[in-house]
This record gives sequence, structure tokens and C-alpha cells, in this order.
Amino acid sequence: MYNNRVSVFRKENFNAAHRLHNPTWDEATNNDVFGKCNNPNYHGHNYDLFVQVIGEVDKETGYVMDTKKLSDLIKEKVTNKFDHKNLNEDCEEFKNLNPTAENIVIVTYNLLRPFIDDKLELKLRLYETERNFVEYPV
Amino acid sequence: MVYITRIEHFNAAHKLFNPTWSREKNDEVFGKCANENWHGHNFNLHVTVKGTPSEETGFVFDAKKLSIIIKEHVTDLIDHKNLNVEVEFLKGKICSIENLVTGIWNQLQPQMPENVTLHRLKLYETDKIYVEYFG
Repeated sequence: MYNNRVSVFRKENFNAAHRLHNPTWDEATNNDVFGKCNNPNYHGHNYDLFVQVIGEVDKETGYVMDTKKLSDLIKEKVTNKFDHKNLNEDCEEFKNLNPTAENIVIVTYNLLRPFIDDKLELKLRLYETERNFVEYPV
Repeated sequence: MVYITRIEHFNAAHKLFNPTWSREKNDEVFGKCANENWHGHNFNLHVTVKGTPSEETGFVFDAKKLSIIIKEHVTDLIDHKNLNVEVEFLKGKICSIENLVTGIWNQLQPQMPENVTLHRLKLYETDKIYVEYFG
């Protein structure tokens, strides 16, 4: 017999410039480790963010979580901050943090978690490209 | 006539900005696309050539050779780059995808073999926005 726990997914996206770079390393080490992702003039991506909320289906609404409210929350807390921005230069969250997909997804989780009901589980998947994506928490 | 398409991709930073306008006018016309610190995209480029299949190979044009041409004359020049600052064939132009696709056409057209015609470029800036160019 299955329980009535369901995953609800909302997809949002943001388009941003970034650069992968460790300022405590010399240029040669940065180029060696990060390759063309270290370009000091930046490059960019269309990031696709899948937000997964898991919980019981509410008997009154039929929702785990209203996806319109989830979408508004993601826009307010995440995409308004990152969309059409330079993650390294424009975003406080990455002033001292390398904006790898790994770090972006952890930052994004921490931006959303306080605003989603405690009884709901939250998981994120972030696509940096069609071929590279990360998940958190695992 | 048979059409064959090769899809390549590149990731780049850019901004939409007219240097002859004030900052205010740029913001008004281009909105957040005018962010002075740039933003970025994963671009997908569809290159379509046309011709008659060879009796010997069955190819209009070997897709592997087409991929090499696209990489050498386009994606190696723009992948993981800043389109406004680092791309010679966009110098002096607004970095819209309209101008990017015509610049890419001008890079590829001279590289086509005699019996192969460059038919169309389709360039996706996002999955909702793309341009087509037929030369």
C-alpha cells in the first residue's frame, strides 16, 4: 500500500555570467585546474533549476505545495538575484565563494529552505549545461 | 536535394549595449540584458547544409568534417569567451543573437566545399529564443 507522499517539481531558470577562479592560487594553477572556465573576461550559462518539494498531499487543497507560490518564492529568493547577472561581480553570495555549480546549488538551497514548510523535504537539481548538472542534498 | 544539420554548442558571456547611447537609454531599451558586468548563455547552434548525396559516400557532406569546420571557425573562437570583448568578428557590433548569427554565417560560408551549400543557421540563445539566418 502506497502512502500519499508526492514530489512536486518546479523548474525555473536564470542566465548568468561567471568565472571559476581561486584568488589564492597563481594564474598557472588556476588555468591548470579550471581551464577555459578561468577566463578573466567571464563566460556564461543558461542555468536550469529544478526545485523538488516532497510531502503529504493536503486533504483540503490536494496540494503538497502550491506551485504558483513555489515559483514566486524561487523568483523572489533566487532568480531575481542571479538572472542576467555576473555571479562573481554582482552577487554577494559569491564574493568569496567560487561560483561552481556545486556551490551555486548549496547557496540556492540555503536561500529557499527557510521559506518552505519544515514538514516538507526539499531537494534541488541544477543544470549548468544540458550535460552537466548537480543535486543537493544527497 | 537533402539537408543535413550539425548541432554544436558554446557557453559565453555578453551584454546588449549601444556605446553611443547613455546608460539610461541602454537600460530602458535593453533592460537587464544591459548589465554592465555581463550575463551569459549556453548557446546551441544548428548548421544546415544542402546538396545531393554522393554516389560514392552517400553523404551530402561528412558531418564529422562539418563539425571540425564549425569548431575551428566558430566555437573555438567564442566558447567560454566574452562575446563583447574577445570576438574579432563581433567588434563594433551590438552583441545580439541577430548579429552573432550573421557573423557566424560569414565565418562558415567561405569554408564550404564546392558542391555543398550553407543553407541555414539556427542559433538558440535560450530554449525560448532563437534566430534563423539563410544568408
